[in-house]
Parts: sequence; structure tokens; C-alpha cells
Amino acid sequence: MQWETVIGLEIHAQLATKSKIFSGASTAFGAEPNTQACAVDLGLPGVLPVLNGEAVTMAVKFGAAIEAEIGLRSVFARKNYFYPDLPKGYQISQYESPIVGMGQVEILLEDGSSKRIGVTRAHLEEDAGKSLHEDFHGQTGIDLNRAGTPLLEIVSEPDMRSAKEAVAYARRIHQIVRYLGICDGNMQEGSFRCDANVSVRPMGQEELGTRAELKNLNSFRFLERAINHEVERQIDLIESGGKVVQETRLYDANKDETRSMRSKEEANDYRYFPDPDLLPVELDEAFIAAIIADLPEMPDTKRHRFIVSYGLSAPDAEALTAGRALADYYEAVVASSGDAKLAANWVMVELGGALNRVGMDILDSPVKAESLGNLVARIKDDSISGKIAKQVFEAMWAGEGDADTIIESRGLKQITDSGAIEAVVDEVLTANPQQVENYRTADATKQPKMLGFFVGQVMKKSQGKANPQQVNDLLLSKLSL
Amino acid sequence: MHNQSITQLIAGLRNGDYSSVELTRYFLDRIERLDPGLNSYITVDAEGALAQAGIADQMLRQGNGSPLSGVPIAHKDIFCTQGVRTSCGSRMLDNFIAPYDATVVSRFKEAGAVMLGKTNMDEFAMGSSNETSFYGPVHNPWDRARVPGGSSGGSAAAVAARLCAGATGTDTGGSIRQPAALCGITGLKPTYGRVSRYGMIAFASSLDQAGPMARSAEEVALMLQVMAGADPRDSTCAEESPPDYAASLGQDIAGLRIGLPKEFFGEGLDSGVAASLEAAMAQFRALGAEVVEISLPNNHLSVPAYYVVAPAECSSNLARFDGVRFGHRCHAPQNLEDLYKRSRAEGFGKEVKRRILIGTYALSAGYYDAYYLKAQRIRQLIAADFRRAFEQVDIIASPATPGTAFAIGEKIDDPVTMYLSDIYTIAVNLAGLPGMSIPVGLANSLPVGLQLIGNYFDEGRLLSAAHRFQQATDWHLAAPADID
Repeated sequence: MQWETVIGLEIHAQLATKSKIFSGASTAFGAEPNTQACAVDLGLPGVLPVLNGEAVTMAVKFGAAIEAEIGLRSVFARKNYFYPDLPKGYQISQYESPIVGMGQVEILLEDGSSKRIGVTRAHLEEDAGKSLHEDFHGQTGIDLNRAGTPLLEIVSEPDMRSAKEAVAYARRIHQIVRYLGICDGNMQEGSFRCDANVSVRPMGQEELGTRAELKNLNSFRFLERAINHEVERQIDLIESGGKVVQETRLYDANKDETRSMRSKEEANDYRYFPDPDLLPVELDEAFIAAIIADLPEMPDTKRHRFIVSYGLSAPDAEALTAGRALADYYEAVVASSGDAKLAANWVMVELGGALNRVGMDILDSPVKAESLGNLVARIKDDSISGKIAKQVFEAMWAGEGDADTIIESRGLKQITDSGAIEAVVDEVLTANPQQVENYRTADATKQPKMLGFFVGQVMKKSQGKANPQQVNDLLLSKLSL
Repeated sequence: MHNQSITQLIAGLRNGDYSSVELTRYFLDRIERLDPGLNSYITVDAEGALAQAGIADQMLRQGNGSPLSGVPIAHKDIFCTQGVRTSCGSRMLDNFIAPYDATVVSRFKEAGAVMLGKTNMDEFAMGSSNETSFYGPVHNPWDRARVPGGSSGGSAAAVAARLCAGATGTDTGGSIRQPAALCGITGLKPTYGRVSRYGMIAFASSLDQAGPMARSAEEVALMLQVMAGADPRDSTCAEESPPDYAASLGQDIAGLRIGLPKEFFGEGLDSGVAASLEAAMAQFRALGAEVVEISLPNNHLSVPAYYVVAPAECSSNLARFDGVRFGHRCHAPQNLEDLYKRSRAEGFGKEVKRRILIGTYALSAGYYDAYYLKAQRIRQLIAADFRRAFEQVDIIASPATPGTAFAIGEKIDDPVTMYLSDIYTIAVNLAGLPGMSIPVGLANSLPVGLQLIGNYFDEGRLLSAAHRFQQATDWHLAAPADID
């Protein structure tokens, strides 16, 4: 039987506010346990939450970026359950009236086409603390530094049909929150966490299959692997006469498998009700309009603009708009070089490769955009060949100065004087009469390969500086005589 | 000295008739002598009180007195006090010392008041007789075999027995007004949001409100002035600045329209109480007020609605008492579930457990709409009743309680009868209105309270009506025997 996979994602993005969502304590990561938890975070008797307005602004920015309905009146609710790292015995979240309603994003599929994925809602909530099970000799330690950190929970529609689509969607959301500067997106530190709801159904069936929720997917790679595994598990189960049960499954990256954490029957009744300690959040249209007006250009818009104004292919545009800093860098290279396509290649291939090798962020690149633009300009105006340009780039990367200085000091300027090139060509032809003879008598299909020998000799003699096109043209005309 | 009002004490301290240390010592002596028979305090902080009194004396000598400099008061043990145990009347918090002061506590500190100690209360403010306290029942100073009311029973008894000049209380369904009525003192529950709830251990967050308890409206006004006002730590606290309550005391009440809800004077009201109330209304008429009958047709729904909303909120508010971070933890827990179950089973008393169970049930999947949501709709109906009433009248008068103080042990095993002792006060909390109780007579030698209900943030008008009444009568000066 043909099976169709259906996936929906729940993404928790930690909002990059300085202080917590309901208290003044710091949200910085990595402090000593329990040093960033104040009376409110500890849930001491008598304390009350006070909403951090910055978290609201960030949530609205996200809503605006995915063209969602913004809730003019959203309500905080208590989600009640007992857990040691949940100090109050309830999590303050939003239930019936979230701050961000239905929206959508576009993902790019492998075949180059694009697909819209619906975002059901996004709501504000507080994070819990952490239970530490190691180093306590059979006991458990509680670190409440993270308790009260603002989260935006982003819930998608079950619109994805493969693990690849799910990853593309997760990457798109990751890209959006980073563009907006509302989340640092660090998956290892847990600032960006994905849970996946996965089900399968016979191809063509309308009704959804029973889903399992996958947790603990802290990288895009694990997300993809866990979904693929789960899909396989569900299909095997059904095909062998079993039934999928609704449950939460934990992904174990070491064993590369998912295992059951709790079933629906064991699930908590969260007893949601509106939190009486917090007033409903009421927003006015002017506040929302000001946030929309202030939004940076979002990835979808930027990508389309890159395709239209720079003539880039969709995959290149996608790659160059992956991050705001990269896109800005690319545009600066275009501006100073005047060649969008050449600039795209250099930013993606040479610079991208160099950065990747040392694991460096574009913002820390030793070669600034203007310098790279200058180098690209030298290729464009035929001052140097692409091959020489790689040498120049390496020197720039090593900090030897800008392109012009390096070209000058190393005497790398391309020879375009046809007289000078002709002299070298003649020299090579004279020195290799046998090869000239062989060429002239060879089959036409073999000639292009044989021409390479002469080109190589000329380039070698000119230390790579001769304009390759001119060398080619001259050799062809002289050899055909 | 103990019969002097707060106003008189302020003057006496400023005139140098006595120092705050002398006054504080005097009250501490009275507590030591009389409180064993009353049990109105859970914790007496003699050392802290004398230190605060010393500072107050110094400030007064330098002419830097604050409004309540040197005046000895007590706080209900529901308000967190830095360094002094805050038990909330529960074994759960028998070992709890808060690392911070409630906003109400810090405001009294700033105003120069001296805290004598923390008063007894029903456990987590759940009760109407002060019998649910882990620290034992409070005895009514008027008759020690009777209850003082609750949950602010310790504060009411301490004020009535002159074991402090004034005390704070909290009121979720009548917990200031009912004990004030049963102990013959004046108590005010302000409009929801008038006083910060920060640092006040939550019972039912949408209903809880702190307020002052003293002998007279004049003293209550002085205390409310200290307590009221916006607090950035409490989002539900009103932004508007409070008016000058002392100034509003002088308002004339000639022409004041007082509404008597007919539903409040029917079956179940003690005849002695009814007679005292009738006399009080005659007094108000004599002072120029106009008394008219009104209707609050949905009041009969208030007790059932309250016993859904309050337990629902409490079931969530009390989840933090899990034995993990503070409060009672059972001995040698075997695992997490054992830790939760035994810590809570041992730490909470019977009434608290009953309400947690009711509330958990009311919020459960499948029952939420039928209980919690319906109760919220009833709140709207009740608030609408009051809105219509305040189109006709300026304030509403009613009994504060159906009868006078009942005997200790009389109702404790019959929760429904106990719950009905708040039948006249609960609607006020559900609507969020201000209400107060003032003493207006004796029935069977026990105090009778009159409840006055005002419109939102109209505490000034309530205080002026009460004050004019107290200028014309002296029920508020009546003191129990055996307190000298």
C-alpha cells in the first residue's frame, strides 16, 4: 500500500528579552544554578506575575512577519500539573485566546517549487526550570534559572508531507525569528526546540491517522531522522496488523530511535483556566501598525527580490537569504562589484567555503564585503582571471591587504595586451613543433583536448596572467593555419 | 491607654504623653496576659516590635514622624513579613520565613507603624470561624466559648480585646466583615484592586482583597490611606491614586440614599440582629439619609458560584506547596509521588483539602463549562444586579451575618451551614465592590454588624456614612468585659 505522511510541528522559540516574562530576573544562559531565579520565579507564597511588555512586542513581530491575525485581546491561562521544576504547580501560558492567530510561511521544495505551510497559532508562555539527574547521588537537583524565560510556542497546521518538508518549515521559522531578532535560535542551548506530530494514512484517504508526538529533537538533523524513523515504525506497525496509539515519544539520538514516554491515558488533565493574576493583553491597531511598519524585510520578500533584481536562481537566492547578515553582506558585494552573479558565486563558494572550514560566522569574516566586492570587480574588468582571483582571495583572507594592493605587489595583473600574448603563443608553438604537427593532423573531436596542452603552456609562461579567452582565440587561429 | 483610638494614640505620641516603646511594651504586656485565653496571635515579635518602636520614637523626637509613627498594629498571618514566620494558619508553612515583605507590610513600615505580631486565621483563609487554624481556634473576646468569625478572626479578636490598635485582614468571601461583625469592630474590604495583593498568600486571586480592621471608621480610614494605591508588582491593582479618606469622613450624609436589599432581610436572619439593624436604619434616617428598598435578585446564586470559583482558584494557587522548595516536607520521601502525597496530606488540614478537591473537580475536563464557566457567568449577573442598584441608591445596607457569634464546635462539622454564614458578604467579593461592617448593637449580649456596600472605588462614601453613624452612636466604643 502507498502511505502518506502527515506532519505538524510545535516549535518553542525562546524570546530574546533581557528579563523574564513575568519577573525582573535575567534570562542569560549558563549562569550558576539558581542564581537567576527571584522570588517570583521560585513561586514563593504571595508573589505575583507582571507581564514583560517586550515579550508581547516580539510575539506581535512574529505574527506580523507571517501575516497572521494578531489577537487584539489575548488571555493568559494556567496549565496545571505537578513537576519539581515547575515551581508554581502551573505554567502560565495562553490557551483559548492566543496573541497570534492563523498565519503562513512558504517553504522551498527540492524540485524548486514552493509550498505554503499554515501556522495555526503562536502563543506566549513561560518556560519551566530544569531537573538535573546527574551528580546528585540518586537524587534530583532543580535549577530554576530557566523558569520564567519567555517562550513563543508556534504551532503549525498538519501541512507537511515528509521529513524534508518538516525540516524546511522548521528552518524557515528559525530563519524568521532570527531575522526579527526575537530569538537567538541556538538549538543546543534549547533556545529553539521542535516537537513533531507524526501520522501516516493510506494515500488518498481524507481522515488523519493516529499521531505520535516526538520530543527531544534538538537539531534539524535529528528532526529529520526521528520523523523518518517514526514514519517507518508506524507503517511497519500497521502493515503487520498493529495499531498506532496516541502517545508522546522521546527521540534518543544515540540509539537513533524513538521510545514511548507516555500514552494519552497517562496524559495530564491540565485544568486550564484564565490566570486571575494577569489582566488580558489588549492591543490597539496603532501599536500593531507601528510594529508592522518597523519590520525588517522578511526572507520570502528578500528571496523574491534577489531573484528578480539580481537574476539569481531560486536555490542561490534561498542560500543567500538564509540569514540577514549574509544577505546584507551579499548586497554590499554586489554594490561594490557591480556584478550580481559573480558576487553570488564568490560569496557562496569561495567565502562560504572559507568560513565553513573554520566554522566562522559571516559577521566575523576577515574579508569585508567591500574588499570582496573590489576583488569581484577586478575579475569583471578582466584585470585578473578567476583562477588568479582565488590566489588573491587567499592572501586577503590571510590579512595581506585589499585586492588591488595584492594584485599590484604580486604582479598578478592579467595580460590583455594582444601583442604580448601573441609573443608568448608564438614562443610556445615554436618550442613544440611535434605537438603542433600532431594537433593539425588529429581528428577534429580530439583537437579541443589537445588545445589544452598549448593553453597550459602559455598560462605557465605568463604565470597565469594571460587572459585565457585571448590565449584560446589566438591559439585556435594560429593552429588552424 | 488601650481604649484610645489610633487618632488619639498618634496625638499622644506626638505630644510626648508616652513613647512608642512604652506603648508597645504596654500592648505586649496585655498580649502576654490576655492572649492565652484568646489565641488571637500566632506569632508575637516582641523584640522586633520594640526595635521598630525605638526607631519611631527617634523619628518623632526629630520631628520626622510618618502618619502612623509608633502606633502598634498587627498583621494577619497571611501577609509575608521578612524575617518573621508567615504560617497562613497552616502546618504547611509552620517553618516558613519569607525573604520579603508584602506590599501592605512595607507600606505600614514606611508609615512608621510598629508590628506587634501576626494574627491567627483560618488555614489559608479558608473558614468562617477561625477553627481551621493549625494553631487552634481563636476565642471571641465577648464570649470565649464562641468563635470570633473568620478567616481574619485573630485580627478581629485582637482589635476587640485591645491587643493592638488596629490590624490588617483579608477578605475573599467575608473574611474581614464577618469577624468584624461577630467581634463588634469596624472592618473594611476595599474594592478589588484598591490594595495590592503582592505578598499576601493567595487563596482565590480574583476575590482576595486586603483591608483594615479597627474600632472605628475614622481609624479604618487612616489605615486604608496607608494601604491603598497602585503597585507595579500587582497587575490587578488599580492605577488610580486613592483619595484623601480622612477628608471624606467629613462628608455630610443628608440626602444619602441607602438601599436595603429585600432579599437580605428574609428567612434565616436572627430576630435580634434584625432588630438592631432596624434601629440602625432609624438612626441613619435621623441623620438625614433616605432609606429605600432595592432588589438583588441573583444573590441566592452567590454562595454556590463562590464555592466553585474560590475552590477552583485555590486548587491552582495551593499547588506550589509541594514540599520541594519551601514549607512542610514529609519525612524520608521514597520517590516524587510519595513526596507530593505525604507532604500535602500532612501539611494541609481538612477544610483546605476539601476545597482543593472541589476546585480540582470543577476545573476538570468535561466539567469546566458546567461549573467554572457557569459560575463566572453568575458573577456577571450578580455584578449587574449591583450596577442596577447603584443607579437608584448611593450605598447599600444589609446584615453582615445571619446571626451573632456561634459556639466553637457548633458548625465545624457541617460545611454547608458554615458556608451560609457568609451569605450576605460573598456577593460583594464576586462583584469586586467595597464593603464594610460596623457595630450597630448587641443581641443576646453579642455584637451585631451592619454591612455597608459601596460602588466601585467609593470607599470614601462608605467611610463617611459609617463615621457619621459613629459620631451619633457609641456602639463602636462598646468593649467586651474581662479585657482589663
